[in-house]
Amino acid sequence: MGEEPLVRWDWIGRNWPEIQELLADHVIMALVPVVVGLLLALPLGLAGARWRWLYQPTVGTMNVIYSLPSLAVFIVLIPITGLATRATIIVPLTFYAMAVLIPAVVDGLTSVPDHVRQSAVAMGFTPLRRLLRVELPIAVPVVLAGLRVATVSSISLVSVGALVGRGGLGYLFIDGWQRQFPTPIVVGVVLTAILAAVADLLLVVAQRWLTPWSTARSRVREAA
Amino acid sequence: MNWLVDFFGNAANWSGPDGIPLRVLEHLVFAGLSLLLAVVLAVPLGLWIGHTGKGAVLVVLSANAARALPTLGLLVLVVLLMGVGTLAPVLIPLVALAVPPILVNTYEGIRGVDPELRDAAYGMGLRGRQVLGGVLVPVALPLILLGMRTAAIQVVATATVAAYVGLGGLGRYIIDGLATKDYPRAIGGAVLVAALALAVQGLFALVQRVTVSPGVSGRQRIR
Repeated sequence: MGEEPLVRWDWIGRNWPEIQELLADHVIMALVPVVVGLLLALPLGLAGARWRWLYQPTVGTMNVIYSLPSLAVFIVLIPITGLATRATIIVPLTFYAMAVLIPAVVDGLTSVPDHVRQSAVAMGFTPLRRLLRVELPIAVPVVLAGLRVATVSSISLVSVGALVGRGGLGYLFIDGWQRQFPTPIVVGVVLTAILAAVADLLLVVAQRWLTPWSTARSRVREAA
Repeated sequence: MNWLVDFFGNAANWSGPDGIPLRVLEHLVFAGLSLLLAVVLAVPLGLWIGHTGKGAVLVVLSANAARALPTLGLLVLVVLLMGVGTLAPVLIPLVALAVPPILVNTYEGIRGVDPELRDAAYGMGLRGRQVLGGVLVPVALPLILLGMRTAAIQVVATATVAAYVGLGGLGRYIIDGLATKDYPRAIGGAVLVAALALAVQGLFALVQRVTVSPGVSGRQRIR
């Protein structure tokens, strides 16, 4: 290798259109599972918080799913969803996202103090309005903490899909390895890290926006 | 299901350098060494920042950023730059994978101990180190073990990628099976990795049961 620099900038310039395509593919395969996972985790988490006997079996199943290696699941799915299709990647990642999000939703809802719930009932909130206006907003910080973990790990897991032919930026790792050429690998690692950092930052901003009282409270504490 | 019978029923798969016992052993060596190194690095650091509160924001932020590093990319990059031959190229990405959950959980575990409990320990005349070892660590142990369990499962699952750069372990079956369109082999390897990950999960449940004090786990109610 000796003379080969770690990054050849001209390679990046020449291949920028392909890199953009891979990046877009990566974003879709990483974020669809998180969004779908959240949509499925909300009702399941609500059920788990309301009927406690449901909670242990659900979380137990999700723990088992979470411990299945992604590469192994991709391979088992190939005969069903096809080689090198988005579905092969998206389906397992959705389950991983749910495995993180269901406990987060349940923990968030159970973190609502009893006196708050009772006040809401006393003020005449119907169960649905109580859920939407009181319980879910209070659960937001815990749910978002889970969402951050799910998003970041989803972004990092997509690249493993390159081994079964569809991995977004992960393709750059295979490409660089097969040609013994480090530039694509560095580009892939850096772009994945940037993507995760941007997604994480957006979720932190979303949390501030959704829970204005948490920053207000810390300002009050500083003033006092 | 027939595929599984093809793979596991074949006597040739149970002996020799490509036999299941040896591949499982290789896999456990990669995963075990990485986990050990990660524990040695992350637990003392997590205890220290949790106890003193110094540098906490920085450490937690960088640990979260490290979660995003793709192991496959890190692995091929390290091998390309360092060459194969030693274990280091596999260990570096796997340790990078295992450190964040252990570090964050250790820190959160120590920090999350009820301040009244900590103050009571100081009030009884214990010194900083005694408070940490005698009170904070036992109370935080379930969370610390959870971090180690998460790390262990991820490392066992991810050690498969070592095969991609020509190393052993259970990933061999998956990568070779895919390359030669030998699906029974690939799926057999996948099932073995999943079984190993579940075994690790069970092992940690057992360790937790043995090491966590009954007063902390709530198995013994204190009035």
